[in-house]
Formats: sequence, structure tokens, C-alpha cells
Amino acid sequence: MKIHEYQAKQIFAEAGIVVPAGDIATTPIEAYDLAVKYNKPVMVKSQVHVGGRGKAGGIKYAENAESAKVLATQILGMDIKGLTVKKVLVTIAEDIISESYVGIILDRSTKRPVIMVSPAGGVDIEEVAAKTPEKIFKLFVDPVEGLKSFQARNLAYKLYRDINQVRKAADIIMKLYKTFWESDASLVEINPLITNTGGEVIALDAKMNIDDNCLYRQPAISAMRDLDAEDPAEVAAREADLSFVKLDGAIGCIVNGAGLAMATMDLVKRYGGDPANFLDIGGSSNPQKVVDAISIILSDSNVKAILINIFGGITRCDDVANGIVEAIKQLQPEVPIVVRLTGTNEKEAAKILKKVNLPSEDTLDKVVKKAIELSGIEV
Amino acid sequence: MSIFINKKTKLVVQGITGRDGSFHAKQMKSYGTNVVAGVTPGKGGSKVSGIPVYNTIEEAVAKTKANTSVIYVPPPFAVDAIYEAVDAGIKLVICITEGVPANEMMKVYQYVKEQGARLIGPNCPGLISPGESKVGIMPGTIVKKGNIGVVSRSGTLTYEAIWALTSAGMGQSSCVGIGGDQVIGTNFIDCLEAFEADRSTKAIVMLGEIGGSDEEDAAKYIKKYVTKPVVSFIAGQTAPPGKRMGHAGAIISGGSGLAVDKIKALNKAGVPVAYSPTEIPQLIKEQIKLKAEKAKAKANKSVSKKTAKKVVKKVAKKKTAKKK
Repeated sequence: MKIHEYQAKQIFAEAGIVVPAGDIATTPIEAYDLAVKYNKPVMVKSQVHVGGRGKAGGIKYAENAESAKVLATQILGMDIKGLTVKKVLVTIAEDIISESYVGIILDRSTKRPVIMVSPAGGVDIEEVAAKTPEKIFKLFVDPVEGLKSFQARNLAYKLYRDINQVRKAADIIMKLYKTFWESDASLVEINPLITNTGGEVIALDAKMNIDDNCLYRQPAISAMRDLDAEDPAEVAAREADLSFVKLDGAIGCIVNGAGLAMATMDLVKRYGGDPANFLDIGGSSNPQKVVDAISIILSDSNVKAILINIFGGITRCDDVANGIVEAIKQLQPEVPIVVRLTGTNEKEAAKILKKVNLPSEDTLDKVVKKAIELSGIEV
Repeated sequence: MSIFINKKTKLVVQGITGRDGSFHAKQMKSYGTNVVAGVTPGKGGSKVSGIPVYNTIEEAVAKTKANTSVIYVPPPFAVDAIYEAVDAGIKLVICITEGVPANEMMKVYQYVKEQGARLIGPNCPGLISPGESKVGIMPGTIVKKGNIGVVSRSGTLTYEAIWALTSAGMGQSSCVGIGGDQVIGTNFIDCLEAFEADRSTKAIVMLGEIGGSDEEDAAKYIKKYVTKPVVSFIAGQTAPPGKRMGHAGAIISGGSGLAVDKIKALNKAGVPVAYSPTEIPQLIKEQIKLKAEKAKAKANKSVSKKTAKKVVKKVAKKKTAKKK
């Protein structure tokens, strides 16, 4: 789960990492009031779950409260990579002397958390990694032993020369590592970590992703979920316990299993169509899940055909068939549906489907081709 | 022959009294797996489908000499179950549970390694050696005994591929689901190594997907160490970046983990990548033929070299003979 910059900053501040004072505004007036309260130049920063906000014009400097109001008017409602800005963070602008980068992610190949620091902060770190990899320093931490003070200090020396700043940065790295574990994060990032004219070391930005598998034990962070910042169909899917990702194509896909769902989407593309979504109904075969899945896909007006591909193992084909019959009764879809139900109880499923007279195919390739044909799109 | 599990596998089911545990314990037993024990704290002394239940793994191992464990316990307790199994001396632990915290997995992964045990999963369908043993949730009905090794990060996609093989008359030596999470106990390379060493395996199918760099690492390994034909499939060519595609590990992040990069790496290592699971059997046939032709050509070359040498020797002999 992604959380916003302002939320990550709250967590950082609680962990003792210095962040600039700031608060959230949803209207230009609120932005104005905050700037008046701080009585200093401020930054107006869009809060959306996407990188590259600055480049997209979603982060602006305001000399005074009047200018903060004007900029907030511009930024609120702005579209950044398909997401509408509904909140801005108004935060005191700092005089920046130097910018560096500190981040921690889970490294899949070593199965360890890796701390990355770079004196080249304030820019896209992937670009730094690609162009000047020698400017990135990595430390793979033993997950059982944890991070030692000297290790944090050594990393801090890669960023600063002044011992006071080294100490402050080392302290931040230790606290960030602690936050990474305690918040069950899969990523924590400060970009940039700055020094100001007063010699302070400050986290000017904050990014945090939380491991979805741990949300059950992170109630405070779970409550930070911003439903406004997500696609409504994806929100509905999560509530129905379906794994769903919206795409732009015309072929709606309902599949059991994530790998097979992706493979089905890829075949749609190969045979000339475009998938409208990724949807995994999961291992259980509750008929209601099928009804919910069809209903969510039908809410997308781009969808011209729905294909249902089930390889029954634990999932029983007759349960899925009952779900399909129920969905057709309840939702009366106008778009064509084509099914392929193979595996556990497929014969029973075929009998049930006779009631609704749906076109059906017996292989993965055939069902994909049929769905594209029925969608009426030009191939 | 097979990899990881066989007729000697003596299985203990952790979480055997739960919904999934009891259902699959029965399924495994009826497939022919030697399920010797189940464990659920507080349920010791009872039976599930005739399988004795113990309160602790330690007790189960002492009484039954179980050598393999499979875990169906809910995610908050799954990691503890792995520690418990390894601590009791089990050397092969298969964790089916989906939704296990990744950070806890990093710690237990280290412990499993230190103890010299093997963990498969979590978030995996388990494995099956047709005709010998089945551990996990794979449907026993779709497999057929044979000589193709299958390794996959997925569940139902694996079934699709196995079914394509079985339908084409190509049986399997072992099918291993390694799991869709970010931190997993056994990776592609571990399985490739085992299949390469397994005499009953003649060709290998590797089913990958977006996220991470395991497929790229496997490609390098294949090029260097694997002599048997390998055919692959990579799911997620149409997946958008930054979105988790069901599996926790199936995510393109920071421009890495793309399907196109994995396919490129595999092709570079001489591994053909199928566009559909149904294309896999055909590709295997081609690869086996290709390898056989190469081997034949090589053999011919060395034979012609040998005969050439012999001719030279004979000529030399004749010459010496003449001299005499």
C-alpha cells in the first residue's frame, strides 16, 4: 500500500526524523491560511501516489500567502499521470545547501534490506543509478543482526564531511531503518535529505510503501488509505476480496490465479485485442465473487466483451458456473460473455451454463480469440 | 526418480485441522503420499482422515520419523510454523500459505539456510512427483509420470502448462511451484540444478513472470550449467508498471522486472519462450530434436577425427613395416 508524503512525514516525525513543518490543504483558502500561519515562504506540493510530481508541475514555491493561494488553485484538480490532485501539502520552504538521497528497500535476490545512499539527491534516483552508478552506495543489512551504529555512520560519511552533519545523518539512517521494520514497509525513502543554512539535516520529502501482507497488524497505517486517490473500480474489487488492476482495453478478463490471469491478458494482446483489466478471483470458488467480478468489469464502459477463463483445481467450475448464471440474472449484461471452464467439475459446469446459453470454448487460445471476435473490435 | 519429494517422503501437515489443511491432507493421502502426521496445538490425540494429530512437530517427528512438512496455517502464524519445523529437524518445508509478511521471511530464510534445510514457498501450490508423492494443492488428476521437469512461480498457470504437456503425451518427472512472493525459499536456480542432476528428467519447463530478476539469473545459470533442453514462458507482458499483479512479487518497479527483459535474457541463453502455455510441448520437441542433432554432429566429428587418426597410424605402421 502506498501512503502520501504528508502521512509518511508524520511517521518519520514520530520516529524522531526532522521534517519541515507543514499541513494539508484541500482548498486554496486552506492553503492561504496555512501560509499565513507559517508566515514564511512555503512549498505547495501535490499529494498523489505517483513519482515525478515536480516535473509534472505539481510542486511549486510560494513567496507569500497570496501566491500560495494562486498556486494551490492551479495544482488542486490538476491531472498528474492520470491521477487528479485532491490535496496539497503546504510546508515551510527551506534554504537548501546540499541535497542527498537515503532509501531502504527489500532486496529480492539477497533477501535482505538494502540501504542506499547517494550524494546526488533531489533527482530521480533510478536515473542516477543508470547514469552514474558510482554515486550510489549500498549496504545489505543482516536482517537478524540489524543495523549497527558504525554502519550507519559509514554510510553518512558517503554524504557529508562535517562530523556534526555525519552524526545527524547517521542518526536519521538508524531511525529510518527502525521505521522500515516497525512500519512493515517495503520501501522508505528520503529524497532529498538536505542540509540548510543553519547546518541542520532535514528530510525534505518522504516516501513509504507498506507490505500489504502486514496491514492486518498496522491499524494506524491501514487507516491512512486514501480511497479518493484510487480508482473506484479497484476500491470496489478490494472490498469484494478480488485482486484487480484496471487497464485501458476492451476485453474484460476474469481468471483464477494471478499467473494465468497475466498469461490470458498477454494472449488477448497477441491475438490483436487489449485487456481491460487484470482480475484474479482467487482460489476459493464462492459464486458471489464471480457476480462481483462481472459487475466491476461491467462498470467500465470501454469493455466490449468479457472472457472468463478458469482452470479448476481447488476452484470448482460448477461454483463459477453458478456465479455466472446468477450474474446474468442480476446484471443482465449487454456485452457478450465467453467462457472456458476446465478442470474440477467441468461437466457439471457445462450443464449449469446450458441454462444461459453462453458461448464456450475448451482451450485458452480459443476462448481468447472468441472474445476478441465477439467484441467487434477491428484486428 | 524425481526431485525433492518421492516415495520416501514422510509428510507432516502443519495446520491439519483447518479448512484447507484437512481438505488437502485427505487429497494428498488419496493420491498416495505417505502422510504420517498432522500438527495442530491443542488438537493432539485426534485424527483427520485417519492421520494422527500431534500438538507439536517435535512430538510428530519423534513418533513418526516425518522428514517433510507442509504448512497450511494462517499468515500471521506461518513463519513460526517454518521455524518450528526446521527446529524439529525437518529438512524440507513447503509453505502453501499466502500473505506472509516479507520482512519476517527475510529472517526465517536465513535461519533455514543456516540449519541446512530447504524451504519451498511461501504462497506456492507445492510440488508433485507423479506416481510417487504430492505435497501441496496441485490437482493430481492433470499430471502424468514422465520425464519433463516443471518449475513455476505461479499456480493455475502451472496447471495449464502441465495439462498442455499431459495432453501432448509428455509426462512429468516433478512439478515444483516455487511461489509468487518477493522472498521465497527456493528459486529457479535451485530447481534447475536439481533437474539437471535428476536422471529421470530429460527436459525442463520454466514458467516465470514479471517482477524481480530471478529469470535473468536463471538464464545466466542455464547458459553456464544446464545441458538439458529448457523451454520457458513469461507472464505479464501487458502488465502496467508499479501495480501488483495479484502475487506480491509480480510487480514492475523502477523499470526493472519487465517481461521483455526476461524474455531477452532467456533467448540469449538459448531458451525459447512460448507465447502461450499451449505452445510449450511443441517447443520442447524442437529443443530435444535440436540437442540430439547437435550431439550427433559432435559425435560424428569426434568419430571422423578418430578414424582419421587411425588411418594416419596405419599409414605410419605400413611405412615402418616397409622399412623393415
